[in-house]
Amino acid sequence: MLLTNFLMLSSILFCIGVYGVLARKNAVMVLMSIELILNAVNINLVAFGVINGSISGHVFALFIVAVAAAEVGVGLALVLLIYRNRSSIDLDELDLMKG
Amino acid sequence: MDTVWGDNVAQNIAFYVIAAIMVVGALKVVTTKNVVHAALYLVAVLTGMAGQFILLGAEFIAITQMLVYVGAIVVLFLFGIMLTRAQLGKDPDVDGTTVQKTSGVLVALVLLVVMGYAIYDRFEGVELAEERVQPTAMVADSIFSTYIVPFEAISVLLLAALIGAIVLARRD
Repeated sequence: MLLTNFLMLSSILFCIGVYGVLARKNAVMVLMSIELILNAVNINLVAFGVINGSISGHVFALFIVAVAAAEVGVGLALVLLIYRNRSSIDLDELDLMKG
Repeated sequence: MDTVWGDNVAQNIAFYVIAAIMVVGALKVVTTKNVVHAALYLVAVLTGMAGQFILLGAEFIAITQMLVYVGAIVVLFLFGIMLTRAQLGKDPDVDGTTVQKTSGVLVALVLLVVMGYAIYDRFEGVELAEERVQPTAMVADSIFSTYIVPFEAISVLLLAALIGAIVLARRD
């Protein structure tokens, strides 16, 4: 199988995730798009690990899964807190720190 | 390589079918107006990702992907949707303005062109090895010898994230 297949799939998913982060204003949807981005990177790591005959790609992919779990836990706690304080998770309304 | 499909016809067909499902699912995740549907499309993408890991011979990561992502993270998302009382059914208020959307499309397209060019420029025609299954024992060996310090750091990070999430989310 061609390496470029996996790399292109990963790039396409990454770009879709970037679009999601930029175009959504619901905080939970933005977090979902970030998950898409993190997952897309994982394919790259494993594919390059296979090409180089090294296991490090697998290990880093596992680390990314762990970091993504931590990120989503804290992220959703933050979203919950924002909702509790402002009864909305609209990211456009979060302009408290705007100068 | 004798055909357009290459040497491993079945693997290539599986790749393209799963890839098509994943891309359609990902597009739905970022475009659908229904928040719950977005989470369920995310399940399709993440499951497809596990399939791709199996095609790459990384079965341990595929199983971890299913357990952690599909089992835990999507459930977390559904809890997040539930607790923020998102509208069930169509929610017209999840997308940004037209300017944000257009700039999002532009940035994503430019990024895709740049990355696609770089990938094809460097890796065109590179074939993956036929025998690419890496035994899980090797992953374990690597984690607990070469990568022991990052592994411990990840453990502390997870603990910190867990405590942080509890502190943030509890009502007092």
